[in-house]
Amino acid sequence: MTASENGPTHVTAELLATKSVGAFHHLSLVAPGVGERSRPGSFVAVSVGDGHLARRAFWIHRVGPMGGHRAVVEIVVEQRGAGSRALATLPVGARVAVTGPLGRPFALPRGPARCLLVGEGYAASALTTLAERLRERGCGVRLVLGGVDDDHVLEPLSARRSVGQVEVAVGDLTAAVVRALPESDVVYAAATEKTHRFVAGAVADLDVSCQVALERPLTCATGLCHGCPVPVVDDEGGAHVVRACVDGPVFRAGRVDWAAMS
Amino acid sequence: MTGVTDLDGWPFANPVLTASGCGGTGRELGSYGDLGALGGFVTRSVTRLARAGSAPPRLVESPSGLVNAIGMQNPGAEAFLHDELPALVDTGAAVVVSIAGHSLGEYAELSRSVGRAPGVTAVEVNLSAPDPMGSGLFDAREPFQAASVVGSCRRDLAAGVLLIAKIRSDVARVVETARAVVEAGADAVVVGNALPAAMPDGRAGGLSGPAVRPQALRCVAEVAAALPDVAIVGCGGIMDAADARAFLAAGARAVQVGTALFHDPTTAFRIARELGRDADPPPGEDT
Repeated sequence: MTASENGPTHVTAELLATKSVGAFHHLSLVAPGVGERSRPGSFVAVSVGDGHLARRAFWIHRVGPMGGHRAVVEIVVEQRGAGSRALATLPVGARVAVTGPLGRPFALPRGPARCLLVGEGYAASALTTLAERLRERGCGVRLVLGGVDDDHVLEPLSARRSVGQVEVAVGDLTAAVVRALPESDVVYAAATEKTHRFVAGAVADLDVSCQVALERPLTCATGLCHGCPVPVVDDEGGAHVVRACVDGPVFRAGRVDWAAMS
Repeated sequence: MTGVTDLDGWPFANPVLTASGCGGTGRELGSYGDLGALGGFVTRSVTRLARAGSAPPRLVESPSGLVNAIGMQNPGAEAFLHDELPALVDTGAAVVVSIAGHSLGEYAELSRSVGRAPGVTAVEVNLSAPDPMGSGLFDAREPFQAASVVGSCRRDLAAGVLLIAKIRSDVARVVETARAVVEAGADAVVVGNALPAAMPDGRAGGLSGPAVRPQALRCVAEVAAALPDVAIVGCGGIMDAADARAFLAAGARAVQVGTALFHDPTTAFRIARELGRDADPPPGEDT
């Protein structure tokens, strides 16, 4: 139940389908009210059971009709710990508590702009619906898609179909980013922290707007616990600590105090 | 003894409150239910000056619990009263402001300024932070110290605002501490807080969640037996209505729901609804 029309909702979702693609497991969830309100950069928090109190956070990769449901939410899971392992091995039909859509989404350019999207590993799933929205708005979209190896590059073929200009950069994607930057007005990154730092540094002296989708260790993912601090600097130079889950996870790269982030 | 002993002066319409530090600013929890439908909303502990909090990781899972080292991040009293409190009061919630100080004088000052703010139902004095020394807080481990904090807060607190002391669920000391804070002027005691623990890297932290529940329940029962006239609010690992009923049966007048909200933000609303049905069964049911 929820008290708000536009905010996040907490529901018992049903796992409608799963598929294994490379290193990742894609989960399609029937989560009434979550997909309908999702925007590019939104994420969900999922309970993993077995006495685990903390939630696990996943970007909303896709939202669409499936099996007679209007807005099925697809997430991409990489098995990293007990929680993600439990989720990746859930049988179809399982019920899981899902909260979403959460977080401040990507801001879209007002007019047509040349957009560079930098996606790495499963985090690239944060960019899927963003690329679609940008194309609908007449923006040029160029995607640099990275991962530690081929298995960790998220759906390059599908990205080529929907985005157009895709450059796959296995391992180090910094060279591809440097090549693309001179032809970009806006940069969106959903990657490892190391890559975020690189991108933020590369755009710092350019007339380029840059947003990063940060992944910080989350516990509640809903703004309650203060467990995901992000140091930021405001326009007047004042330092603050904000929460990744509700004040982000999408931040202007220049707002993040990268030196203070541990 | 000044403990509230009857319906007069007890400001909470139902027995389910949030626990300090577990409901965000109120705005976030308000996405999942009506804060006015809870007995009360307890804020995170507010200090005189803003605190940036600890470096991450701040919370880790532990079997049936969480260990936290948040470092009491908060915007400071002035910013809290100006930027957050009005919106919280507007939700219709009975607002309980948790305060923590570095000195007796700071506690008194916080009690005075918070108690005067429009819409504040109660002040909860945090005497049981799991790492007071590391946080630079006034050390209130000993009952006489806890009592001196409560006395300082009482003197400066506006009339009509309830004074609640939140004490640690330390079985060996809890009755003595409860007695001391009530004699010093507390209207009620919250029994239970995160217990002193350590993060995996050895930093001081607090353990909360179902792991501490049986222990908090024992403390509530001990205080209720020794001090039957004192209003007790039970706190510790309450996950569902059955847990809440156990604390009420042990002698608590109300409960606080904390860590459960991190797992399911609708928990407190659901427990309040379920306990409401206990108190007011639908027509036609045997009572």
